[in-house]
Amino acid sequence: MSDAVLTETEATGAAPAHTTSTGISNEKLAMWVFLGSDCLLFGALISTYLLLRHRSTTPPFDPAEVFDIPFTSVSSFVLLMSSLTMALAVGAIHRGDVRRCRTWLLTTALLGATFISGQVYEFSGFKNEGLGYTTNIFGSAFYTLTGFHGAHVSVGILFLMSLFVMSLRGKLDASKAETVEIFGLYWHFVDIVWILIFTIVYLIP
Amino acid sequence: MSSTDLHTHPGSAPEPHHQTHEHRHPSDLQYVVVAAVLAVVTALEVLTYFIEDLTTTELVLWLFPMMIFKFVMVCLFFMHLKYDNPLFRRVFFFGLILAVLVYSAALASFEFFA
Repeated sequence: MSDAVLTETEATGAAPAHTTSTGISNEKLAMWVFLGSDCLLFGALISTYLLLRHRSTTPPFDPAEVFDIPFTSVSSFVLLMSSLTMALAVGAIHRGDVRRCRTWLLTTALLGATFISGQVYEFSGFKNEGLGYTTNIFGSAFYTLTGFHGAHVSVGILFLMSLFVMSLRGKLDASKAETVEIFGLYWHFVDIVWILIFTIVYLIP
Repeated sequence: MSSTDLHTHPGSAPEPHHQTHEHRHPSDLQYVVVAAVLAVVTALEVLTYFIEDLTTTELVLWLFPMMIFKFVMVCLFFMHLKYDNPLFRRVFFFGLILAVLVYSAALASFEFFA
């Protein structure tokens, strides 16, 4: 190639476009591999909780003594609805409707923040009832599991706000639809992990 | 659900990676319907909390199918595994099934199921 002739990619400094051998996006495949590996992380945490929850030698001995199921049910519903708003955001950006996508991204972030606020409130209540992180082995396993999930949600909220700011600056359009979709996968994964935690940890004593 | 219910986002700019991959998603209405179904199943799950005298075994028999149903619905529709490239499904379910097998074995070794 002559030095005098630059392709559009070289001129803009963007990464060169390429076709993958599978015909699918490497970034999306990487996210799926990450989510598959994250199954092992949460599998370990859930298994540990199941093994340790009834082995405490100091009170509270029974998880049912401290859980507030109606409150946690509302939190679960909020997180479930955030998956809907995330899916709507992905649909909107694929149609090139940036304004609507921005609205759904912000709504998803607010619902995620509501869920985290609920978790903080719930943990404060447990602490007041005498269940701290080091109170007993049930508390340690419970806070580690739900804390890791809460950390995932918090990271997701940061990503959502990044996408929201990108859209405000005009850097989010239909060409970035895959970026929003890949983040959406992460957010839905956080939701399906909570589906497992809500049933296994909270509803089955 | 018929394939005619799906749209391929004609307004999207073509992406280099997707030159050989058809990209389909459910419509907004389908997302809302799926969310409504999930909300109803969640309500049924919570209902078991208010039913007294259910044993742990009965709870597991009621709750696990609903939990798995919700899990699969989110994966298939919200995460597009139903419509996307089968390779994604294989990668994700490989990790998931591996996790279930490994930790079931770990729990069994601690006599959790005894």
